[in-house]
Amino acid sequence: MPKDHGIGAAPKRREDVRFLTGKGKYTDDINLYNQTYAYFVRSDVAHGKINNIDTKAAQDMPGVVRIFTGADFEGVGGVPCGWAVTDKHGEPMQEPAHPVLAQGKVRHVGDPIAVVVAESLAEARDAAEVLEIDIEELPAVIDMKAALEDGATKVHDDLTSNLCFDWGFVEENKAAVEEAFQNAHHVTSLELRNNRLVANPMEARVAIGEYDAASEDYTLYTTSQNPHVIRLLMGAFVLGIPEHKLRVVAPDVGGGFGTKIFHYAEEAFCTFAAKAVGRPVKWSASRSEAFISDAHGRDHVTKIELALDENGKFLAVRTDTLANMGAYLSTFAPSVPTWLHGTLMAGNYTTPLVYVNVRAVFTNTVPVDAYRGAGRPEATFQLERVIDKAAREIGMSPIDLRRINFIQPDQFPYATPVALEYDTGNYGATMDKLIEIADIAGFGDRMVESRKNGKLRGLGVNCYIEACGIAPSNLVGQLGARAGLYESATVRVNATGSISVYTGSHSHGQGHETTFPQVIAEMLGIDESMVDIVHGDTSKIPMGMGTYGSRSIAVGGSAMVRATEKVIAKAKKIAAHLLEAGEGDIELANGEFTVAGTDKSVAWGDVTLAAYVPHNYPLEDMEPGLEETAFYDPANFTYPSGAYACEVEVDPETGKVEICSFAAADDFGNIINPMIVDGQVHGGIGQGIGQALLEHAIYDENGQLLTGSYMDYAMPRASDMPSFSVDHSCQTPCTHNPLGVKGCGEAGAIGSPPAVVNAVVDALADLGVTHIDMPLSPNNVWSAIQAAK
Amino acid sequence: MYDFEFKKPGSIKAAVAMLESEDAQALGGGQTLIPTMKQRLASPAVLVSLAGIAKMQGVNVANGVMTIGGATTHADVAANAQAIPALVALAGHIGDPAVRNRGTIGGSLANNDPSADYPAAALALNATIVTDRRKIAADDFFDGMFGTALENGEIITAVRFPLPKAANYQKFLQPASRFALTGVFVADTKDGMRVAVTGASEEGVYRWTEAESALNDTPEASALDGLSVSPDGMIEDLHGTAAYRANLVGVLTKRAVTAL
Amino acid sequence: MTKVSMTVNGKAVSGEVEGRTLLAEFLRNNLHLTGTHIGCDTSQCGACTVHVNGKMVKSCAILAQEADGAEVATIEGMANDDGSLGVIQAAFQEHHGLQCGFCTPGMVMAAADLLAKNTNPSEADIRSHLDGNICRCTGYHNIVKSIQAAASALS
Repeated sequence: MPKDHGIGAAPKRREDVRFLTGKGKYTDDINLYNQTYAYFVRSDVAHGKINNIDTKAAQDMPGVVRIFTGADFEGVGGVPCGWAVTDKHGEPMQEPAHPVLAQGKVRHVGDPIAVVVAESLAEARDAAEVLEIDIEELPAVIDMKAALEDGATKVHDDLTSNLCFDWGFVEENKAAVEEAFQNAHHVTSLELRNNRLVANPMEARVAIGEYDAASEDYTLYTTSQNPHVIRLLMGAFVLGIPEHKLRVVAPDVGGGFGTKIFHYAEEAFCTFAAKAVGRPVKWSASRSEAFISDAHGRDHVTKIELALDENGKFLAVRTDTLANMGAYLSTFAPSVPTWLHGTLMAGNYTTPLVYVNVRAVFTNTVPVDAYRGAGRPEATFQLERVIDKAAREIGMSPIDLRRINFIQPDQFPYATPVALEYDTGNYGATMDKLIEIADIAGFGDRMVESRKNGKLRGLGVNCYIEACGIAPSNLVGQLGARAGLYESATVRVNATGSISVYTGSHSHGQGHETTFPQVIAEMLGIDESMVDIVHGDTSKIPMGMGTYGSRSIAVGGSAMVRATEKVIAKAKKIAAHLLEAGEGDIELANGEFTVAGTDKSVAWGDVTLAAYVPHNYPLEDMEPGLEETAFYDPANFTYPSGAYACEVEVDPETGKVEICSFAAADDFGNIINPMIVDGQVHGGIGQGIGQALLEHAIYDENGQLLTGSYMDYAMPRASDMPSFSVDHSCQTPCTHNPLGVKGCGEAGAIGSPPAVVNAVVDALADLGVTHIDMPLSPNNVWSAIQAAK
Repeated sequence: MYDFEFKKPGSIKAAVAMLESEDAQALGGGQTLIPTMKQRLASPAVLVSLAGIAKMQGVNVANGVMTIGGATTHADVAANAQAIPALVALAGHIGDPAVRNRGTIGGSLANNDPSADYPAAALALNATIVTDRRKIAADDFFDGMFGTALENGEIITAVRFPLPKAANYQKFLQPASRFALTGVFVADTKDGMRVAVTGASEEGVYRWTEAESALNDTPEASALDGLSVSPDGMIEDLHGTAAYRANLVGVLTKRAVTAL
Repeated sequence: MTKVSMTVNGKAVSGEVEGRTLLAEFLRNNLHLTGTHIGCDTSQCGACTVHVNGKMVKSCAILAQEADGAEVATIEGMANDDGSLGVIQAAFQEHHGLQCGFCTPGMVMAAADLLAKNTNPSEADIRSHLDGNICRCTGYHNIVKSIQAAASALS
């Protein structure tokens, strides 16, 4: 019987009522008294020298309040990078300045040059059109290989080259890896591109800055996944505003997927300009603007090699990757192709030796940073593709080849050769479950049916593992993170027993307002309706690192559990006083404190009331009140894993791929709310299928983004998708966090692209096709078929 | 968007008068024009909506000809053009349901987007484009990408489709825009087989006359086996190479003939 | 500025607009009905979907003046008179057919448009009716389920 409340139940989402009735409050729904409107004038060339900006004519246009250029930001800090990578020679990465508004040069289409602040958006835009900007266009570097050639145009004149860093991991293993390849029975190699994507949350970014001259307080309303991180980065590094004078609010946020983690120039601009013009300043991105100003994702070019012995056991993996950074380093960009990517190259397997080389490259394109999965999809894709190719080459079933290389359940905790220690897992179990729910046994019959209709049917299977809930702060500090990665929670119990939880996690679709109370209600034995979640406002919440990397329940949830444990400990003391019993004899169940082995009890509400109306209270021993805060810093990453299967039909005449079915068997450890977990997996698969079949941010050789709107950037639609079969009944609880949870937000996006590509290559294998780069658009599939002929 | 004056006349005559000024533009359903204006790529001073002209609405069949008012929406065509099932199918797959509730046949033909669906239907069905001042055969109407025989201020008031013996439209979707990456409309008409191709050529919609001849000799898909389509002059963009589009022309034509 | 009048969710409203004022802008800015969202500028995402004279349209691709005199329905008018969720809204909540909520108003309006015409849609009918409504969160799986459930509940 499924539970009807608490952990493991699937209550309806309470946030849905406001979203379903049009009462959600997104940043663009906020309008402040006397606000002005900002319109960003952006570079339309990929690389250029700003000779002159003449604002005179624009300044005289109707409604113009003020025009800002780079000159207004001289002496103001630049947009900082939050992760420093050390290269394989021990040198720090090259880290260019990233001004709020361009200083002398523009480096990608979309780079902001000037901002018109006016009484209305239309007037700001009208004035922007008469702004005279003299830009001398310079040659642009777009292709990563070309960017690394000697004599290539430099994106940043003050750097030695376009190489941000050359990272080797694990450098000490390099020689052993070489040797393993020399002695291998079989080597499979594959060159591939992990296509550049645009995250495209349906709500584009918005920022509203406000300044109170009397108190010298700033407020920024912004579409962020982590308002405290924005407060820290913008306050400390860009504008020099101390935390107590800067409030950052992220209200309802319409999806993030990584691209709303980062601190953006527009946020700093609106905050800065609000003081400069003495009025609130609002900026709302159009979708076209989002395409050229939101950080993009992925964009790796990789050669991967897999060495196998005569039995198919993996001996070593070696990779060489170029990772596009774009024109500037976005907040977490350097971590994505390195610590979030190289560390995953052991996958679910016992491969003893791994060497990963990543060269990060500056190009005249929009900055690239984390997008759902962030590094882990890139790792999974290349590994699971090369395994599939190897299986075909050595004549083994792809499932069997994976199985014989799985880390076995009795091997946990398992230290990989790439620095991680997997705490728990059971990869055979998820594979067994996948075989069942995907009806893999019936594939042969379905293939015959498809052939009758002139379609080529293929089956693709793959596994994935991810490292989530990132992670011990002292470890990530050693790896280059310039922030801690804990989470905080305050559990405020009110006098009548109701609870407000202040969490640093941010919900922008994940349903925290529903799932977090399930946990507290379970711990206290009270009704979920007595618990409310408060998030997204730095003035209310002690601190927060926000929501990304599938960390909300694993890290934020754990902080909440720790705070609740403190609440329970204090409440038990109060109950012991009220019941005139020893504290150690007090048990809490079903919202009642009972003296063990007796029928003496006191209700939750009586204890909380006593805490705030302390007439009968041990005042000499304890303070009144019942409110606790905890900061939780995880002991390790969590390691969700799973096995995915995709079946496709390919129309050989047109190259059109139709996804017939998609199945996912995931191990997320314990589950708080299975309905929401299903939804997270569905959404991730949707984005993964989007990457595999449809999406691609393409620049031409001059650095113009050819896919700058939904007319050309193919967003997945309902008719592109099948219904999915998802299962998370295989559960090996995380061993090091109090809930035994692992996180589920990114799994679908990590696990699904290789399944789709493996399936299409399987369908076309008889034609001689061994690989097709994503997206597997009809044109690309048809072209691959022609090339194989 | 730049600002403009909005007008909504009740008669064709009034609309034509309003459109006489240089910087006035007709507004059909606005599903292309309004987004274009939002990008500030068009800036008429006056927009003349044709939606209030009752005479330009509706689908009628008489004497073997289907007449569709120029301001009839795609949704209304899909609901009412049963006499030409291929047209029902075509109109029912333009854009998406919301677009089909606004976009009009006259607007689509006047815009002549090289990837639009209606131009292929008009050409293959040997339609007559009726305007406020004349009748234009479809063969004389389309003039390269976004080009038509329309004069400034001339309004498509109706489109007349002679009922074919059989017809079929095969649309291959451009996955992002949902326009036709390539579309082929094949019609068996009283004047013989007509094959019109949209989305493929740099010259816009065109008739594939070699296929028509072959089909007039043998009205079966196999008649097309010997024909090759040259990629020369085909559109090449990020969604499809010229060679890919040339392939689609052949494949879709066969499928349309088979489905007749 | 020109005065437009229309009925929105059963109430007569009017306001002064420019020629270029979109219906979406009129709803959001003049009437403060911010449930209608704007998710793109090429009229493709469908977050702004409303009904005009009983038909779903993208309110970012219709001028406010084009809707002069029309009956307009928005997400704010979809609840029951007592404020409880309407059948389609309730089905979306029951089947987790929304996550971030941004596309949701458009999805609900598209679903209502479909179910008004087709009381027993197939999965393919539902998916094709959502061709102009983009969701980035759900992979559409639970949106389809929600609409199927709403169809059952309504019939």
